Amino acid sequence: MSPMTAQIAEKVEAAPRRRSIGEVVLTVDDLQTVFYTRAGMVRAVDRVSFALKAGETLAIVGESGCGKSITALSLLRLIPDPPGRIVGGKVVLEGTDLLSLSEPAMRKVRGNRVSMIFQEPMTSLNPVLTVGRQISQALMMHQGMSKAAAMERAVEMLRLVKVPEPAQRVKEYPHQLSGGMRQRVMIAMALSCNPRVLIADEPTTALDVTIQAQILDLILELQNQLGTAVILITHDLGVVAETAQRVIVMYAGRKVEEATVEELFARPLHPYTRGLMASIPRLGLMRNQTVETGRLQEIPGMVPPLFDLPAGCAYAPRCALADDRCRAEYPPFEEKRDAHWAACWHAGE
Amino acid sequence: MPVSEMQVAMSAPVVEVRDLKKHFPIRKGLLRRTVGNVFAVDGVSFSIQPGETLGLVGESGCGKTTVGRTVLRLVEPTGGSIMVRGEDITHLGKKALRPYRREMQIVFQDPFSSLNPRMRAGTIVGEPLKIHGIADGAERERMVARLFDRVGLRAQQMKNFPHEFSGGQRQRISIARALALNPKLIVADEPVSALDVSIQAQVINLMMDLQREEGLAYLFISHNLAVVEHISHRIAVMYLGRIVEYADKVTLFTRPQHPYTEALLSAVPVPDPALKRNKHMVEGDVPSPVRPPPGCHFHTRCPYAIDRCRVESPPLKDVGDGQLVACHLR
Ligand SMILES: Nc1ncnc2c1ncn2[C@@H]1O[C@H](COP(=O)(O)OP(=O)(O)OP(=O)(O)O)[C@@H](O)[C@H]1O
Ligand SMILES: Nc1ncnc2c1ncn2[C@@H]1O[C@H](COP(=O)(O)OP(=O)(O)OP(=O)(O)O)[C@@H](O)[C@H]1O
Ligand code: SF4
Ligand SMILES: [Mg+2]
Ligand SMILES: [Mg+2]
Repeated sequence: MSPMTAQIAEKVEAAPRRRSIGEVVLTVDDLQTVFYTRAGMVRAVDRVSFALKAGETLAIVGESGCGKSITALSLLRLIPDPPGRIVGGKVVLEGTDLLSLSEPAMRKVRGNRVSMIFQEPMTSLNPVLTVGRQISQALMMHQGMSKAAAMERAVEMLRLVKVPEPAQRVKEYPHQLSGGMRQRVMIAMALSCNPRVLIADEPTTALDVTIQAQILDLILELQNQLGTAVILITHDLGVVAETAQRVIVMYAGRKVEEATVEELFARPLHPYTRGLMASIPRLGLMRNQTVETGRLQEIPGMVPPLFDLPAGCAYAPRCALADDRCRAEYPPFEEKRDAHWAACWHAGE
Repeated sequence: MPVSEMQVAMSAPVVEVRDLKKHFPIRKGLLRRTVGNVFAVDGVSFSIQPGETLGLVGESGCGKTTVGRTVLRLVEPTGGSIMVRGEDITHLGKKALRPYRREMQIVFQDPFSSLNPRMRAGTIVGEPLKIHGIADGAERERMVARLFDRVGLRAQQMKNFPHEFSGGQRQRISIARALALNPKLIVADEPVSALDVSIQAQVINLMMDLQREEGLAYLFISHNLAVVEHISHRIAVMYLGRIVEYADKVTLFTRPQHPYTEALLSAVPVPDPALKRNKHMVEGDVPSPVRPPPGCHFHTRCPYAIDRCRVESPPLKDVGDGQLVACHLR
């Protein structure tokens, strides 16, 4: 056995669910965001609710197009209108309802108390501004820093995210940096104003696993130091298992399951979540398990178009457990086990 | 059951490459003078047996796609040789290459951009039959319908356009097109990376079924190690244009010998919150293939590097049981 596998094998113990998790900083209540498209009205986010505590990481997972990014963008009120609109619900950040703020007041929240790392770093960094200018702008605007002080802080932030030679790098443009470095600049920018809430939308999808590991560690480390609450959006259940404390599973615009990460992985209740868990290959060999060469479990079919959802449970057309009631009536989102909610007529069967 | 090791060991390779190199010139200025080279692939050797899947893994930009495309001669190699069924095809002209081209097909990563949006699915799948003058009219229709059936699509869907299919279905269309000419080898370049996890399983199962039924060989390029573990028989790990480790699946995953393989395996997040792994974190970014570091390309990030690593490039050598490793410490 190599030293590595030996270490993996011997470290089979509960992951320390670290840090002190504090007060609720953000509550989202019955959020509804729609898009008016030619094909019809799309309920991209359909009555989504959750609460987020200081210092915790909440993961949102689900099929492509299920509304993860639109949920995140709704919190920051960055939905393009038209075609989109937030049509209902509340987003309360430490007592303030963000949805009723004026736009100028909202601008003071974005990038300051709530900030976001976007799915694609290159599209959200300004190609004609140096990295230093981009980080310092937010600091000057939100924290009223002088130009010189803001630039100094930008260098410090880059050092914090482990960009080598930060004093040199602040003078460079995004295209001069590698993908991993750009992602770190985004993180530095997002964290520069010590946000209460950090939304990370697929922060590492474009990166290699060794670089991904560096970035995720960095987010965790900074979160520990600053007590930031993190909403982590990802497709990668491995990343979820290693970084989140709680998980929300979305399907076709709705929340279909929520639990702590240990509970969700040990006892997924919703058939979609179960399908998801069963369809991923597992790297069994690394954990001294037998070679797995059989068929992977498939989830048949695909997500129905959001403008034409079936009457009952949106998962019914793909679900092995679906019966007449499933096809007729949407299942309520209920607490099925202690602190474990699911929307399914046959949860856990 | 997968093709047995015996069967694999006894037959001649479908493809064998030796010391394959591809350097892309970097041109600058009005005269387009060459000012440097991207050492995308820098001396890669491997072989693939009938019915075998060789997994090719490594970080972004390490040269995986270039290897795949060079093997098919979609990109002209700078050096080295490509043998198909024992014939050297490295320098064959377009016409002489044709029969070999039929035997080796490619499936691309992106099922959205790799299919012509204005062509019907049936026309897309039938195109190779047309190009190679194999079948026409009703005969072609029939063959295409059979291909649709083989990849789990309905023949009625031949009339549909790509946008009417899901990502997984689109990837099935690509696979059907690749199968049209009865190839022996399919180069699958990140065939499931753009797909949802739930759809990914559909495509992997299909590929494994086809291998079992037809004895197809795959060069399976991916950076998803879990997928590679599932589908491959042997695995080659690349770093900056070179293979640093090459072994059968079980050996590679249970006894990785190259420090980079070790780092790579330990960095993969495991979907099990009850497991706490000790990561071999490597520091730093992947160096540029324009100016690869001297000596061992990995020495700038390797926790075990010694002076020799910084000057002398380690050869790929057998450390036992056919496990090949390029590291001075092995
Ligand atoms: N500008 C738009 N116009 C119309 N519909 C839109 C628009 N943007 C998003 N949508 C719809 O909202 C739904 C949710 O999209 P969202 O981007 O939140 O998905 P996601 O869960 O983040 O997916 P992915 O994993 O692919 O990033 C999509 O199904 C899409 O159809
Ligand atoms: N046509 C080209 N001209 C110049 N450089 C190229 C060309 N094609 C690829 N390269 C360079 O060669 C190197 C290897 O690229 P390649 O696409 O083979 O990597 P890869 O391993 O497939 O990466 P990924 O995982 O991101 O797909 C990269 O540095 C790339 O920029
Ligand atoms: S409610 Fe019915 S159809 Fe929906 S997930 Fe549960 S069992 Fe399946
Ligand atoms: Mg998204
Ligand atoms: Mg590639």
